[in-house]
Amino acid sequence: MLPADISSRDPGEKPSYGAAFSGALIDPERAIPNCVAGPNGKTATKRYNVYRNNVTVSLMEALASIYPAVQRITGAEFFRAMARFHVRANPPRSPLLFEYGRDFPAFIERYEYAQSVPWLGDVARIERAWLDCYHAADAEPLSATALGSVPADRLAKLVFLPHPAVRIVRSSFSAVSIFAANRNEEQTDQIQADDPEDALITRPTHDVVVRHLPAGGATFLTRLIEGSPLAVAVSAALEVAPIFDLSASMAGMIDAGVFTTINDGDPQ
Amino acid sequence: MNAMFKLADSKAPRLLRFPAHSIAGLAGTSFKHEHLSAILAERPAYGFFEVHAENYMGAGGPPHRALESVRRDYPISLHGVCMSIGGPQRIDVAHLGRFAALVERYEPALVSEHLAWSTHETTYFNDLLPLPYTEATLARVADHIGEVQEAIRRPILLENPSTYALFRDSTMSETDFIRELARRSGCGLLLDVNNVFVSATNHGFSALDYLSDFPLERVGEIHLAGHAEQSDDEGERLLIDSHDGPVADAVWTLFDIVAGRRGPIPTLVEWDSKIPDWSVLKAEAMAAQAILDRHAQRFVFGSTHAAR
Repeated sequence: MLPADISSRDPGEKPSYGAAFSGALIDPERAIPNCVAGPNGKTATKRYNVYRNNVTVSLMEALASIYPAVQRITGAEFFRAMARFHVRANPPRSPLLFEYGRDFPAFIERYEYAQSVPWLGDVARIERAWLDCYHAADAEPLSATALGSVPADRLAKLVFLPHPAVRIVRSSFSAVSIFAANRNEEQTDQIQADDPEDALITRPTHDVVVRHLPAGGATFLTRLIEGSPLAVAVSAALEVAPIFDLSASMAGMIDAGVFTTINDGDPQ
Repeated sequence: MNAMFKLADSKAPRLLRFPAHSIAGLAGTSFKHEHLSAILAERPAYGFFEVHAENYMGAGGPPHRALESVRRDYPISLHGVCMSIGGPQRIDVAHLGRFAALVERYEPALVSEHLAWSTHETTYFNDLLPLPYTEATLARVADHIGEVQEAIRRPILLENPSTYALFRDSTMSETDFIRELARRSGCGLLLDVNNVFVSATNHGFSALDYLSDFPLERVGEIHLAGHAEQSDDEGERLLIDSHDGPVADAVWTLFDIVAGRRGPIPTLVEWDSKIPDWSVLKAEAMAAQAILDRHAQRFVFGSTHAAR
């Protein structure tokens, strides 16, 4: 048995100061808690509001640091308003702020004032995937030599183990071009926003790299990441994109570090 | 769950992965990734760096690579920000496990956390929230510190908070609360001089009286930082612990007094927002180092004298 829950040790105690103090922190409509005061019992409205402000603004800033391209597209003022709504409705459930905002892309897509920018949610998905890739575990990517040493008659059954940092984001919009231009602070007025683009996000050496996948590439890599043998992934890619280029995709995936090891499918 | 046996384990011989740089008498700064290349170009390496533990709780990638490169040349201080030691609910064991893994991996010279809380039920508020100072909270917080120290198999330094509001049902002073916490749990203390100045201004007490009452003999690290100024409901000065500018003159003066009484102990200049160029932050640390060095000479002389 574990030791008794500390909170159950003293059943006669008043409700915890955690509930009393935190109740109004992210709810501006609620009255400030009466458990706190200024010195000599004076009013503490502005004092409590310091905590309110610290909580909401720091979490809005956390979203801005995770989603810089989204903020550049919307402008800072629009972003702050959108982020404030999100923080109040969906505060973090983990003390690790780099895990925060997973539901922000879906929130953006439902956000009334962002309806005129339908690609914004997908740009946010790429940014979220970028941060996951950044913090993912380290691993040595599969080398071209290791792949080249597989006998030709074993290629069809080959199975690949994905690198922990690999992510794929598919979009019906030109999300990769829009993401890249805004992350690099470039002009975006020449981008045609509704060409579908799929993103491959990897960390081949030290830094995160975002690539625009060619036709059939996302289907091909998704199948391989799920554990399908090479021949199955190739058929799936050709089915969605008859122009799918296998040798270019294989070279690209080695260069990007999508996988770490191969298994020739022989159960031994 | 036997603390004595677990603590004894830490005496077993083990392989150090990093050099055991001494942190005694040094001034340091917060480590910010934008300063990494400037820091790695510094020769000779002098001082120390403090990192927020939570920023290194990802599985891998550039944050760990940066911290490893800094740790090779410098002692580091691991500063936890969101353990919620001061909260009414139990310590999050998953979070404590991550914290212990960082202590194991980076072999920090100092490990610290806050007398504050930031999570209620499952919501994380990302701020250092205050607690009432009562017999009940004292017992609970002492248990929490014990749990953390058992998990990391070494004592922590507990930091005094900056606060903006007071709990009506507090029954003891902050210094009495902290002194008793340290006595019961065996923890050391991190004295944040800016927090003392901020709280003293906000609540109308004397910072010097607070420092006179503070158990300086248990202090293992000092924090210095900049603060911002607002006003309360009566229009009186309300200081905010903002870490976004240089250390205030009044805080330097208090630091000089503390260093004179306590001697040269590791001192950190925190700067977490509106981060300046490395040269600006380094100059703040050098100013702290000059004060520590001035008192170090006096303390060496003083202890020699006392030994005779």
